[in-house]
Amino acid sequence: MNAIIGQPVSRVDGPAKVTGHATYAAEFDLPGLAYAAMVLATIPRGHVRSIDRAAAEAAPGVLAVMTHEDAPRLPYKQIAQRPQVDAQSGEQLHVLQDDQVRFNGEPVAVVVAETLEQAVHAAELVRVEYARSPAVTIFDAKQGRPPSEGNAKAGRVPELGRGDVEGAMREAPVQVEARYVHPREHHNAIEPHVTIAHWEGENLTLYDKTQWVDNDRKEIAHVFGMEEERIRVVSPFVGGAFGSALRTWPHVTLAVMAAKRVRRPVRLELTRRQLYMAVGFRPHSEQHLRLGADKEGRLVALEHDVIQQVGRYEEYAETALSPTSHLYQCDNLRARYRLVEMDTNSPCPMRAPGVVTGVLGLEMAMDELAAELGMDPLELRLRNYAEQDQQKGLPWSSKELRACYETAAERFGWARRKPEPRSMREGGMLIGYGMATAIYHSDRSGGSASVALTGNGMAVVRSASSDMGPGTYTSMTQVAAETLGLPVDHVRFELGDTNLPYAPVHGGSITMASLGNAVVAACRAVQTKLTSLARAAQQGPFAGLAEDAVVAREGGLGRADGSGPVVPYAELLRQHNLGWVEAEGSAQPGEETKKYSSAAFGAIFVEVRVDELLGTVRVPRMIGAYDVGRVINPKTARSQCIGGMVGGLGMALEERAEWDARFGKVMNANLAEYLVPVNADVAEMEAIFVPNDDRNFNPLGVKGLAEVAICGVAPAIANAVWHATGRRIRELPITPERLLG
Amino acid sequence: MQPFTYAPVADAAGAAARALAGAQFIAGGTDMLQLLQENVLQPGELADLNGLGLAGIGEEPDGALRLGALTRLQEAADHPLLRERCPVATEALAATASPMVRHMATLGGNLLQRTRCLYFRDVSTPCNKRQPGSGCSALEGENRHNAILGGSEHCIAVQPSDFPVALVALDAEVLLRGAEGAERWVPVESFHRLPGDTPEIETVMRPGDVILAIRIPSHAMRWRSHYVKVRDRASFAWALCSAAVALRLDGEGRVAEMRVAAGGVATKPWRLVRVEQELLGHRMDRDRVRLAAVWASEGAVARPGNAYKAPLLQHTVERALLEIGGLA
Ligand SMILES: Cc1cc2nc3c(=O)[nH]c(=O)nc-3n(C[C@H](O)[C@H](O)[C@H](O)COP(=O)(O)OP(=O)(O)OC[C@H]3O[C@@H](n4cnc5c(N)ncnc54)[C@H](O)[C@@H]3O)c2cc1C
Ligand code: SF4
Repeated sequence: MNAIIGQPVSRVDGPAKVTGHATYAAEFDLPGLAYAAMVLATIPRGHVRSIDRAAAEAAPGVLAVMTHEDAPRLPYKQIAQRPQVDAQSGEQLHVLQDDQVRFNGEPVAVVVAETLEQAVHAAELVRVEYARSPAVTIFDAKQGRPPSEGNAKAGRVPELGRGDVEGAMREAPVQVEARYVHPREHHNAIEPHVTIAHWEGENLTLYDKTQWVDNDRKEIAHVFGMEEERIRVVSPFVGGAFGSALRTWPHVTLAVMAAKRVRRPVRLELTRRQLYMAVGFRPHSEQHLRLGADKEGRLVALEHDVIQQVGRYEEYAETALSPTSHLYQCDNLRARYRLVEMDTNSPCPMRAPGVVTGVLGLEMAMDELAAELGMDPLELRLRNYAEQDQQKGLPWSSKELRACYETAAERFGWARRKPEPRSMREGGMLIGYGMATAIYHSDRSGGSASVALTGNGMAVVRSASSDMGPGTYTSMTQVAAETLGLPVDHVRFELGDTNLPYAPVHGGSITMASLGNAVVAACRAVQTKLTSLARAAQQGPFAGLAEDAVVAREGGLGRADGSGPVVPYAELLRQHNLGWVEAEGSAQPGEETKKYSSAAFGAIFVEVRVDELLGTVRVPRMIGAYDVGRVINPKTARSQCIGGMVGGLGMALEERAEWDARFGKVMNANLAEYLVPVNADVAEMEAIFVPNDDRNFNPLGVKGLAEVAICGVAPAIANAVWHATGRRIRELPITPERLLG
Repeated sequence: MQPFTYAPVADAAGAAARALAGAQFIAGGTDMLQLLQENVLQPGELADLNGLGLAGIGEEPDGALRLGALTRLQEAADHPLLRERCPVATEALAATASPMVRHMATLGGNLLQRTRCLYFRDVSTPCNKRQPGSGCSALEGENRHNAILGGSEHCIAVQPSDFPVALVALDAEVLLRGAEGAERWVPVESFHRLPGDTPEIETVMRPGDVILAIRIPSHAMRWRSHYVKVRDRASFAWALCSAAVALRLDGEGRVAEMRVAAGGVATKPWRLVRVEQELLGHRMDRDRVRLAAVWASEGAVARPGNAYKAPLLQHTVERALLEIGGLA
């Protein structure tokens, strides 16, 4: 049989999705379902003075109105070891537990009614009086403070470095210094966040939009002081998330409380506008870089400060320094990470959290350095190629970044670039070529899966993972099919249910490296189990054979010496009168992290076309080459990469929260005014995967590819805009007012 | 969203009666539904105009084009007569919203589209237009979308529609039917009102008025015309700035007649009379065009967020003139 891993298999869940048969969280149609709507605070800080709920309670269809005055007091038990996706210090929002308002958009009441329209209407009738207190709603980088110990322990360190930066900088013959600003951004997945909470006695089922059912269950168990076993979370399909569904947000707690109150299943779906307040976002950041180099362009000193906004009730922080720590060879380095507390809802991970930010600053500064040196930007990267992870003092488990640079540059036609800015024109437009490097650290986490071989020839593979869009259903099916020797359509992968074997978070680009290996282990385990059965049997083709005399191959068992036929799994099951045989397998990270540093890499080349008179930028061409280890499915991998390019294009040219400090609020909180790229923005995009197979990192040889795909895109565009116009736009997005200003 | 009833109406008289009783009209619903969802409007009843038989485009005996108020934007954008004789209209329509929206949205509804001012559409903030007397949050707030022309200390909201800008350049008129049944023509140029101290009143329409049609006069059919729109992304975004130009050259290549209008920058579709004056009677060359375009932002009042619109307006007008003059 041909290899299945590496084939461009179409999404196995595609037909269900495009025909409407895929059931998303909001669509579970439970008998007696009631609808909840939230009332959100309209001041940035203060407290609720009074709530007039009479009109809401009297409105048609209303089943309950709940505020801090009558909501149950919840235990909010501490989670012994907080998962990485949660804020690492402070307290998650304790919703409706007191009269305090911590940010504009904090829920102050929830209304439950027979229909969605009735709930929404009644929520508008709740009259809330507030007492305002002074609020911090202006980002002031000078107020930055180091992250707390909790975050430092979780790898969001306040400082890192090596060597003597000051000394080396003083000596450096070539220096650049710059400040870059990147605004608050929102995930804006198509599917809004939604939860259906359903109590049956003491047992709770949640149909939820989540990237991690196991953690969702854990969080709610702690909030309500329940045993985890009493909670089931179901989340078979996720309509995009980009990190916003990694952790459990307060509205889930509200839905659970509301369902308890009205003794019916309750659905709570956030409106688009509420998504800008009730879940997280990518924090506003400012960064300051100083690069010192010798005349040949070798970096001798690197200083990088990243300052980000953070909420005040809990502390979410990011690994923004990680790219600077190891992307280039540089002996003298100092990076600092600071947080500015503001009265806002808490930020949270958004595709390549922190890393995309760090890469943005570093790669724009590298471009400025190249210009200062009069050197080709690609050449500058090559001169500073990091042969090892200098910060960790470890070799890379694999690194094919040179091949990425070469392949993408060649394909793009980088050699045609004229070095001088403003030197390329076409049809009245200024043309610019820009490039940047991408990196995202590769991690693994423990996870497990089960495989059942059934009498009808199918294999059912299960794990409590998630597929928010990358194609987990498909790629895991391929891994199982190849390991079991079955065709793809004989394998069914099931995910998104806490009743299934434990899976790690579907984030951080770790799913394939973590769970893929668990799926392999589970497949092997079920093969072993079947082999034992066949050997232990009284009769049959393998009865009484030694352990190493029987091997699994080509969808069945055969003799190791190749004699005799391969007996398909299903036939063996029939011979032994079994309906199915099932086994679990798991995979854990091993010693590799002590021996190697692992990361996915990429090189992005873009062409921009700038209409100087009107200040508009378009991107006709974007080519990325990536080292993501082994590629399980080039089709879904390509989708991820061009998705990352589109996301990066939005980041460079369109996305920004328009924040009004007087209200402490995002004003353009809808998809008509918060712009993301549309089809017309997206022209030629190409993703190339350079060959690699990183067995040092894990047995499957994969790295991660979801997040590296967005890193490097925005700086490549900004660098191209400079090349086109001679203007360094250091604040994103690059919109007409910045190009005309 | 407040509960409301829905009432299809069969004729303009019936529509007027319902409006006088408090109903609001719905045509394509592309703006109305947003306003209902966001609780900006709370009509007790929606009177549906789709049964009025007001869709369609036809040529009048004198060569003028009559466009029914219920004509969908896409139908108008695809119409061969319009495309051939009034490119500025076709270009403005093709640059409006997205194909999906254009298949729903109507020409009449587009004339009455409400502002995209961020505060108008967020009911938790003060806004004079939505709640007279509550204050204007945009003056000191996030106002990159707001107007530099035609504003007042009470409101600087942009009238965001593209098509009416083209209509001003084409010297078009709107046909209104009053509650009593009398019909009257109003030039598009004077259809919208400046905000002054009553920003909640946006047009010259009176209670019970129904828009029946739009007429592009026959003389405009002999003009060359062109629309340029600048937006934050390549499609599906309102104009940061737009320029509509229509003109006729005499036998010597001099500008004999001309109308220039701007969108995205003003509280109503903004006629740029001074730019026209600079060019009337002259041949268009690059320098004259550039100098004329500088007058586009005459009288602009800029704030930190929207100051860029003054140069952008000049440049957009310049681009439109250069392109129509074959100078680009
Ligand atoms: C995402 C998005 C992007 C958009 N982008 C653009 C853009 O770039 N440029 C642009 O110009 N527009 C844009 N639009 C706006 C769109 O063109 C308008 O919403 C549309 O034209 C309104 O027409 P409608 O028929 O849907 O009006 P409705 O929403 O049905 O009604 C709008 C208003 O007009 C009134 N009304 C409608 N018809 C009549 C009539 N015959 N007589 C009296 N009153 C009437 C209604 O009572 C209501 O007050 C966009 C819309 C959306 C949703
Ligand atoms: S500009 Fe007009 S619409 Fe905007 S907030 Fe001010 S009054 Fe309201």
